[in-house]
Amino acid sequence: MPRVKIKRKSTVTDMTAMCDVAFLLLTFFILTAKPKVPDPVEIDVPGSTVTIKQPEENIATLVVGKGKVFFDITGAKIRTTTLEQMGQKYSVTFNETEKARYASMQGVGVPMSQMKQYLDLESDQRENFKQPGIPADSVSNELFNWIREARIATKAINGAELRLSIKGDSKEEYPTIKKVIDILQKQKVNKFSLITSLRSAKK
Amino acid sequence: MAELDTSSKDGKGGKVRSKKASTRVDLTAMVDLAFLLITFFMLTTTLNKPQAMDLAMPDKDQKQTDQLAVAASRTMTILLGSGDKIEWYIGEPGKSAPTVEGFGKTGIRKTLLENSQKVKQTTGKDMFVIIKPSDKSVYKNMVDILDEMNIANIQSYGIVDISQPEIDLLKKDNIYQ
Repeated sequence: MPRVKIKRKSTVTDMTAMCDVAFLLLTFFILTAKPKVPDPVEIDVPGSTVTIKQPEENIATLVVGKGKVFFDITGAKIRTTTLEQMGQKYSVTFNETEKARYASMQGVGVPMSQMKQYLDLESDQRENFKQPGIPADSVSNELFNWIREARIATKAINGAELRLSIKGDSKEEYPTIKKVIDILQKQKVNKFSLITSLRSAKK
Repeated sequence: MAELDTSSKDGKGGKVRSKKASTRVDLTAMVDLAFLLITFFMLTTTLNKPQAMDLAMPDKDQKQTDQLAVAASRTMTILLGSGDKIEWYIGEPGKSAPTVEGFGKTGIRKTLLENSQKVKQTTGKDMFVIIKPSDKSVYKNMVDILDEMNIANIQSYGIVDISQPEIDLLKKDNIYQ
């Protein structure tokens, strides 16, 4: 005689749809995520209570740390054009590989005399290369030209004004910052932003 | 995950049936992993964006004539010294005793709020703050003081180069090292 069996419900749920959605979202986030390239020098960004986000486009960042200045522009096309114009100014010619390499980098702080040599290095060697920072003294004010050429390039390509922001280290002494601000003011850039990290108002 | 085997096992029929392998794969672990990664990427992308503090510097080439003269009584000068210390005074230098203070809630923030209220009451106008960072101050001090301006809701302020008498003031109070 057959026993009456209570049919147990299966606890297995169909995960296929959930899995599909999860991986779709995952792919989206991976593709939109920007790889974070470490700064050329260690930078501890000071905190503030402002919550205005920095725009993504038409922006150049001056990374200031340990008395050195590094220059970073967003947008591959603007980067290449700026490098070309700088090359013309300092009579250095760059080939396509070098230009492509420069376009994919971020903050660079190499004087124009060493730029070609720096761009020819392989990426693992480049990490060990000690960047001396962009010269910003009165003898060879390369930083001034970098900023100017980047502004010209942005105007020509995107038709927009280049915004400049300063990313400084908390412990950086004021004279270095002042030097950078003076260079900006010399080009009549009186409005710029300071990059800060978020901190709550209560201390 | 545990999965209950609900298929009947009694082979009473005698007939040998070839057992069909289930095509179902347990996706739980895979979904777990996927959501973990999603959470990671979501948090890193949105929190990565840096904050930007806008700063407008006074135009250097501007002619002196079209500059607005600000009454000394409603001007507060803040000198940034070394060791996260600041010194402030109201009005012209030397006429009122400067005060040495630190940053933070009980320090300059309180002073700024008190002074701006006092100035508002006596003159009916907003206070004007002049920030003078000395060579011995660090970048963090500058950002901090600009942030305090934001918190105290002071609309008009400017960063100006420091002058020698003010450096002497800082030296006197031992915050210029």
